[in-house]
Parts: sequence; structure tokens; C-alpha cells
Amino acid sequence: MSDAIVDIREKALSALEQLKDSDSLTDWHSLYLGRRGAVGKLFGTIGALPPEERAAFGQRVNALQKELGAAFEEREALIQSQLLARDLEEGEIDISLPAYPRRRGGLHPSTRTHREFQMIWADMGFQVYQSRDVEEDEFNFTLLNLPPHHPARDMQDTFYTKDPRVLLRTHTSPGQIRAMRELGAGGTKPIRVILPGMCYRQEQVTARSEIQFTQVEGLAIGRNIRMSDLKGTIAEFAKRMYSPNAKVRYRASYFPFTEPSMEVDVECFLCGGKGCRVCKYTGWLEIAGSGMVHPDVLRNGGYDPSVWSGFAFGMGPERITMLKHGIEDIRYFWGNDLRFLQQF
Amino acid sequence: MLVPISWLKEYVDIDVPVELLAERLTVAGLEVAHLKYIGLPQQTVAGVRMPSSDHLVWDREKLLLARIVEVKAHPNADRLVLAMVDYGGEELEQCVTGATNLFSYKDRGPINPPIWSAFAMEGSEVWDGQSDKPKRMTLKGKELRGIFNRSMVCSEKELGISDEHEGVIVMEHEAHYVAGTSLADVLGDVVLDIEFTPNLARCLSMIGVAREVAAVLGVEMRYPSFDFTAKGAPIEGQVYIDIREPELNPRFTLTLLRDTEVKTSPFWLQHRLKLIGQRPRNNIVDVTNYLTFELGQPLHAFDYDKLVERAGGVPTIITRLPHPGEQLETLDDVTRDLGAETILVADTAGALSLGGVIGGGETEISEATRNVLLEAAAWNNISIRKTIREQRAHTEASARFSRGVHPSQAILGCQRGIELMRQLGGGAIADGALDAYPLPPASVTVDVPIERVNRLLGMEVTIDQAADALRRLEFEVAIEGDVIRATAPDHRLDISANPVIGQHDLLEEIARIIGYDQIPETIMADEMPPQRENTAVLIEERIRDILVGAGLYEVINYRFTSRESEALLVPSGAASSLPAAGYVEIANPAASERDVLRHTLMINMLENAVNNARFQSTQQVFEIGKVYLGAGDLLPEEPMRLGILLTGPRIPSWWDGDGSTGEMDFFDMKGVVESLLHSLHISDFALESGTHCSLHPGRSANLLAADERIGSFGEIHPEVAARFKLTDAKVMYGEIAVEPLIRQHQRLHTIEALPITPAVLEDIALVVNESTPASEVEAVIRQAGGRILKDALLFDVYTGDPIPPGKKSLAYSLTYQDERRTLTDKNAAKIRKKIIGAARHRLDAELRSQ
Ligand SMILES: [Zn+2]
Repeated sequence: MSDAIVDIREKALSALEQLKDSDSLTDWHSLYLGRRGAVGKLFGTIGALPPEERAAFGQRVNALQKELGAAFEEREALIQSQLLARDLEEGEIDISLPAYPRRRGGLHPSTRTHREFQMIWADMGFQVYQSRDVEEDEFNFTLLNLPPHHPARDMQDTFYTKDPRVLLRTHTSPGQIRAMRELGAGGTKPIRVILPGMCYRQEQVTARSEIQFTQVEGLAIGRNIRMSDLKGTIAEFAKRMYSPNAKVRYRASYFPFTEPSMEVDVECFLCGGKGCRVCKYTGWLEIAGSGMVHPDVLRNGGYDPSVWSGFAFGMGPERITMLKHGIEDIRYFWGNDLRFLQQF
Repeated sequence: MLVPISWLKEYVDIDVPVELLAERLTVAGLEVAHLKYIGLPQQTVAGVRMPSSDHLVWDREKLLLARIVEVKAHPNADRLVLAMVDYGGEELEQCVTGATNLFSYKDRGPINPPIWSAFAMEGSEVWDGQSDKPKRMTLKGKELRGIFNRSMVCSEKELGISDEHEGVIVMEHEAHYVAGTSLADVLGDVVLDIEFTPNLARCLSMIGVAREVAAVLGVEMRYPSFDFTAKGAPIEGQVYIDIREPELNPRFTLTLLRDTEVKTSPFWLQHRLKLIGQRPRNNIVDVTNYLTFELGQPLHAFDYDKLVERAGGVPTIITRLPHPGEQLETLDDVTRDLGAETILVADTAGALSLGGVIGGGETEISEATRNVLLEAAAWNNISIRKTIREQRAHTEASARFSRGVHPSQAILGCQRGIELMRQLGGGAIADGALDAYPLPPASVTVDVPIERVNRLLGMEVTIDQAADALRRLEFEVAIEGDVIRATAPDHRLDISANPVIGQHDLLEEIARIIGYDQIPETIMADEMPPQRENTAVLIEERIRDILVGAGLYEVINYRFTSRESEALLVPSGAASSLPAAGYVEIANPAASERDVLRHTLMINMLENAVNNARFQSTQQVFEIGKVYLGAGDLLPEEPMRLGILLTGPRIPSWWDGDGSTGEMDFFDMKGVVESLLHSLHISDFALESGTHCSLHPGRSANLLAADERIGSFGEIHPEVAARFKLTDAKVMYGEIAVEPLIRQHQRLHTIEALPITPAVLEDIALVVNESTPASEVEAVIRQAGGRILKDALLFDVYTGDPIPPGKKSLAYSLTYQDERRTLTDKNAAKIRKKIIGAARHRLDAELRSQ
């Protein structure tokens, strides 16, 4: 009888030494140490022994169970550590394989720039006022001090509708009149708004000009708005939009709806003002047309120009976006090629 | 306009580098776009950045003014001559040259009167005149057909003045010329290319620019003489003027030159015209051009004898509107039909020229002309603008008159012009000038208190500073207490007589001359208007963010389309679901397929899909933009729409082989729409069967929010898809009105507390009639489940064996949870039983056996 214990022990231990993975370990465990395993069966034979042998036999089987249990754990630990070592050594993946595609959307670059504008201007108290695209000639021109046959009408090639009184706005400026009339309470309240929106011009579509483009116009009306405020406000915008050290240049210019008028240039942020292809080697980039609101325009908005004053400015977000991202063809904007849109 | 610095210096002393001058003019509103250097070096000025120029800089020691003393034949070559040149050296230099314009002097002995040219000494650098491309060369001694030659007389091309290489430069004698003077001091120049805004009509001339230079630099203007030396009989009685439309022609002046000779202009005049891009013709025509550019007053010269011939006696110049059907052949050989509003210069025999625009062919100056009648007039700028537009006649004259030339300039031009013609062609000027001036403009005087200047500019300007700025611009200024009284000079039409506007006009001039850079930068101290948020903008931006978060890209399209394009969206025989509104029609469209404003975003987005399909199979895009609905009023409505387009594989196939889950379909679109509504916290919405004509009737839906139909979405109609060749993959499209989303979004919403009791999960499968919508089944389950049923997620739809025909199995994963207590299996079983009971009762459903 005792030979059976010795046999099982030898068989079990030699089998254990051959084992290389956790599956065979599990099999070995149930074969020898499981509920119906070899050791268990030995315990089952105790009852059939003469009573005087039972205790000694029981002790030996117990010892065998402990010994095999310990050997199992030792073997298991060994195999685990071998497996871990092998995994660390051989389980390398090719990290250069392409990533799984994640769904990623994106805002149109024009929207991104408009948001940037709106945030900066909101901080300075300018709220968004949305005005219409299809306008009356009167609002787009005449009320802005551009009566019929005014030479400055040549500056803009206008899309007219079949009704000659109605056109597609050539700039966001007609919104100035609408904002003054709507928010000014008959010329009694100050105003600070920006007017973003799509504008239209009858031009040849090329890499540099489009038949539709966005503009952001700004308007501040008050009892004591000064030209120095216009300079200070635009300089602040330039610092936020371009760089805290942005140098700004002011040039006298002409817009029928402002006087005095000025163009605002910012030092080219691409070359630091040294001169490059983008700034045409002048070191300056034109960022805004602006000026003090013309007395006629104030009057047309319902304000008494001897009491009230204001400034206005207009900017082209597409141009700024093009400069910032090195976009050389304005047709990309409304072309909606996903390969373009996915780069933002 | 091209402005040579050499020409400007005739009227104003310029003691600053031209680069600095360009910068000062630019900030004063005369934008100098480009500097063209001729021979002179580019200077570096602190704070002024310019593109560096690669022009030829003339060596001051080796490129010299020289006199061509004599021209001799070349012993071995007919096509070459030997020019004997005095360049200030000890001996004459012999230059071998093929310049054809020297051949006429060959073997005629010493040249008298003397002629002068540009001499390049051995070792000097010039442009290669023979090369097509710009190529520099350095002069070296070599034999030319047996004669040693080491230097040359130069053509304009060799010096970089122009492309002229037919002959060498030949200049008439001038008293101050000294052989050996550096050429740079004689012909060296910088040409400013200035761009003028429409308000700067007064600057469209050398004198006009010089006035600004004088004002900006604070130096005196030096005007040329406007007098003339008359020797002939008085002009009175030799010609008459009859102005019929003084509003259109407020002034008309004439001078007369007899017995002059029409010939080639001298070098200086030709050179100046060429520098500004004008082609010299003959001395008479060149003077009219010269005055146009010198003074800004266009002139017109008539052959006086032809006028006499036409009139059969003393001519009368009449300015009038055309007779019906009247025509005129102009200098450019175009026979023009004259519109009713075109102001004409005519005589008793008929039209002579389009006043202020272009002359007629019959009375123009020819080589045979002996007697010249010179016209200088003033024209109404709006009338000229109409003529330009009607006749498409753009000339240097019309460019100036259409912007406005002050009538005061006419007589100056008429007198200076005739005197220059006399100097160049000889003859005798008739005494006096005819000056018909029926409508002189009133002079403009504006009062501006210095306090208003300071208040509007935001800086402290003294009254003397302001007065000085205006005086520099030739305003007549009186200071009366704290008020500046300024009278505009008579070359300006842009100062308003309206007191408030006039003040702004002066304000701008004061600021310009003092310098915009002197105005401080301040923060607005004025009252801040109330700050109110713009809800529409906020929600629009929110919608963009939600859709970007859902993996969509934003597109922005043209708002233009055509009726024909939008008609493609209506399948044949179907009634249109597009807005019934009228179109905004463009009178001058950029292209015929863009002649109206859109009623829907769909056309452009389908076109985007077609274009993008060449490069990307999966497309998920949206656009938020206006459509334009004519409503019978003057202006259309401009409601905002949201368009969404999805197409292609839901997830592209990938290298591990188990990524793809098929093509996007109706339910992807539905998911995008629902997540948008959920994110906006619009819970009161429903779908009904789609009725939009451009969508598949069986695979589309109408979206209702608070019982209002706000849009439709689904798979595009196969016929529409075929028209756009979008047949490779199904295309989902949806369009939703944005305004109801703004109106119905919930700004505030309450959240549900997170339960701490455990949830019980179980699955049930119900077999229902195939026609029963899933939404109905879910509604029954949720109603029966009540408060405890937290979620019912459809995870399987199955038809086929063993499900009987006409039936389908819907499998739901149910979540039971009670915030108040922990559910037992018994509780859960009770609810389950209730759900199954309700389904059986209301839907005739059977529990599918496991
Ligand atoms: Zn640059």
C-alpha cells in the first residue's frame, strides 16, 4: 500500500518538472491535488485500512499533499516568472503601425478666426450685432456718405439684384446704420458693437480675391469718443491677436464713412518686421481700415454729430487666417476640401 | 501714378532721403507702393523698411556726362561709327558705336549746336544692351572691326532707364552742362509709384504731390510761371465760346498759338513723359500731356485752321448736350453713339470731342498743323463719370475730371500750356486768353474751435500748431480767440461748407500734417453701454461645438446657386418641398450657375460631397448659414439653416481587419440629430415619416420640436443621388432650421441625483408584428416599467427562423433601479412580469423563448 504513495509522489514530482505553462499546471493540479485527484483518492482508501494503520497512512498522505502543494506553488511561481520574462522580452508590438482612426471634427478656419475676434472684442465691451446680407443700396452706400455716382463707389464692385434698390452688401458697414438706429434709442445711448458677416463683391475669382468674404466691423459711439481711443483700442486688439509686443503703424487714408480715416498696419509677425515675401518686404501687414465716424453717418444713425462722436473699423478675417497659416489661395476657404479643413 | 523725384524737385526742395520721404508720404495718406531707382543707390534709413532693389547703381567716377564732339566713319564697317567724346578728360575719347541715331552726324565735322550723352568709361558696369534678360557687364578694352575700343556712349537700356536700345542717349545742349559731371547728378532718379484714394483728386499731378511734400516737410512750394509771352493779335474775335450747360461745364478757357512748328519734343520733355509711362508724340500733344501730369489740368489742342474751315469763318466753340442720334469719331478711331447726358465740345458744324474725356479725330493736331487752339476747361465730375461708364473711355483726362478738378486750374493750364508750346515750337501767341466762367464755385471757409480739435483727436494741439498745419496746406488761416477760421485754397474741392463736416475735414488735415503717430493711444473713458449677450450667436456656436464633438467638419459654401441647380433636388413628378419663396436674383452674376441666392444648403453640400469623394470615402460635415427667401417685401428673409451630410464607411477598414462596421445610414444621421437635441436639452421632440421630396420616402424622417416641424433628414432620394452621381455610397442629408433650436434650447435644466442603490440588469426579447415601430415597443416597455425602469436599450432586431413570418424579435437590455431601496430578484421579476403583460396586451407581443 505504501508503495502507492511513493509511486504517486515520484510520478507527480517528475511530471511537475516537465510542465511549462499554466494550462498544464492546472491539469496537473486537478490530476493530483484536485477533489478527485490522486491524493484525494488516497484519502478515500483510508477507510478500507485496518484501524491501526489508518493514522500512519493518513499522516503520510497529508505529508504528500503538503509536499506536492509546495512543489506546485514553487513550479507555478517559476512558470509565472518565466512567462512574464518571455512576455517582456518577446511581446513587443510594432508601434509604427497606423493608429486606429478616431472620429475628429473641426471648425472651419473662418469660424475659428471669428471666434478669436469675438472673444477679444467682447473683453473690450464690444457685443456681436448681426445684420443682413441682402441690403438696400441706401444702407450700403447712400447713408454711409456714398451717394450715387460718388467716386468711392468705384472702389467696390457690387452685386446688384434685379431690383436696383437692393444689392448684396459689399461691406459690413450698412450694419452701422442699422445698429445705431436699433440700439441708439434715437441717438441717446452709447454703442459698442462688432458686426461680423459675409460680404460680396463682383470680382474675378483668383487665388487672391473671392466673390464672397467675411468682414468684422467695429463701432463705438459715445459723447466723448476720441481718435486716441481708436488708436488705443486697435493697438490693444493687435497685442491680443498678434503679439504682446506688436508694433502698430497708423496711416492716413480715406473711407467715405469715416473722417479722419486711417489704415492700421501691424509689424509683420512672420519676419518680425525685417521684410519677407508675405509683407512684400515692407515689414508691415495691413490689418484694419478705420476712422472717426463721419458726421453724416452719425446723423443718418440718429445722432447729433455736434454732441456725439464715434469710431469704426473694419477687418478681414480671411486675410489674417491666411497669414497665420500660410494659406496662399483664398479659394480654399469656400472650396470645402476636407483635406484642407482637416488641417485645423 | 509715377512721380519722378527729379520732377518733384522742380517745385519743392527735398532734403531728406527719398526712402524717408516715401514713408512720410505713406503715413500722410499718399501710399508709395514702390520705388524705382535709376542709377542712384538705395539708402538705408532707420525705421524705414523697403524691399531691396537690384537696379544698376551708376559709378560716379566712371559714368559721366559727355559731349559728342564729332562723329567719324569707321574705316572697316558701314554699320559702325566713331564718336569722338569729350568726357572731361585731357583728350577726346574715341568710342566705336552702332547707334543709328548718330549716323546723321557722320563725317560732318564738329557738331553744333552741341549734343550730349552718357559716357561709360573702361571698367564701369552697365546692363548688356544685347541681352534679352537683365545681364550686367563690365566694359573692357577690345578691338571692334580693327579699331581698339574701351568705353562707350550708352543707350537708355544699358543704363537701366528704359528698354530703349535703338540709339544712344542724345540730349540737347543745356547751359549748365559740364563734361565729366557724374551722370548720377544729371539723369539719376527715383520714381515713386503712388496710389491715391478717391479723396486725393487734387494730388493727381506733380504739383499736387509737391504740395503734400511741402506740407509734410514744412518747406515752401515753388510754383512754375503761369504767364505767357504774347506777340500776336488779340484772341478776341478769332474764336468765340458758347457754354450752354454751365452746371456741367462751369468754365471754358482758350488760348491761341500761330505759326508754330509741330515736331519731336526735346530730350527733357520726352524723358519726363517716359519716366511716368507716357509715350511722347509731338511737341504740341506732349505739352498737353505734360500739363495734365504737371498741374493736373488736362488740356486739349485743336488744329485751329480745321475749325476755321469747318465754320467757314471765325469758329465758335459750343459746349452742349448731344442732339438725338448724334455720333462722334474719337481719337481712338471709335465712332461713338452719344448718350443724352454726354457733355460735348462742338462747333457750329457739329461735335468735336467728348468734353473732358477724349478728343475727336477730325480736328486733332497733325504734322501739318500751324495754328493751335488750346482748350482748358472744368467739367462736372459726376457727368464725366456717367460718360466714362457709358462710353468705356478711360483716359488720363477723364481719370482726373471724374474725380474732380477745381475750375480755378483751367486758366493756369491754358496759359502755361500755350507758353510751353511756343517755347518748343516757336510762333506767336495771340494776346490774352478767352475765359468763359459762368459758374465759379464759392470759396469755403470753416470755423473750428481748437477745443473741438483736441476733444476729437484726444490730444493737446495748440491753436498755433493747428493753424500752422493748415497754412502748410495753403489754407488761409485767421485765429479768432479759440477758433480757427480757415479758407480752403482754390485747388481743393474736398472741404465741405457744412460746418460740422467741414470741421472733420480740417481735423483730418491737422492730424495728417501733425502726424497720426503723434496722437496718443488711450483707453475709452466714455460710458460703457449695457453688456447683453447675443443668445443667437451663443447657441449657433454651441451647435457648432456639439457637431464638431460628434466628429463632423464645418464647411462654408457660396450663398449663390441657380434655379436649375436647386431644381435638381426635386425628383421627376414630385412636388417640391423646397421653400416656396421667391429668389433673390443677381442682376450681374459672376456666372450663370450663380445667379440667385440659395433656398437650401443642400445643393452646395452635395457638390462638396462629390468633390470630396475623390479623396475621402468617409465624409461627415455640417454647415450653418443663411438661406434667402423672397417674401414680396423689398428685402428677403434670411433665416439660418443647419445642414448635415454623412456618407461612407462608419469606420474605415483598418489593418487589423476587424474595424469596419458598414456604411453610414439613416441611424447615423438620427444619432447626430438626437445628440444635438440632447446637448441643447431640447427634450420635446419627435420624428414622423419623412416627406421631404429630396429624401428617400421610406428612409427619412421629419423632425418635430414642440409639435413644430423644424427640418427633415435621411437618405437622399435615389433619383437625386443619381443626378449628382453620388451612387457609390449612400448619402445622408438633413437640414434643420436654426431659429427654433435657439428658441427651444433649455438654458437651465435639472440633473438627476446619482443613485447609491445597486441596479438589476436583465434582457428580454419580444416578438411583435413586423410593422410595429420600435419606438412604440419602447414606449410600452417604459410606461409599464415606470419609475423603476431606468433604461431600455434595444440591442438586437431579428427576423427569420424560428420567428414566424410577419413577425420580428426585438431584444432589450433593461436596467431596474430604485433610489429608495435595494431591489430584490423578486421585485425585479414583478416589474418584468408587468412589462411582458403590457406588451402582450397592447402590442400582441410574445416573449421569445430563450
Ligand atoms: Zn514680413
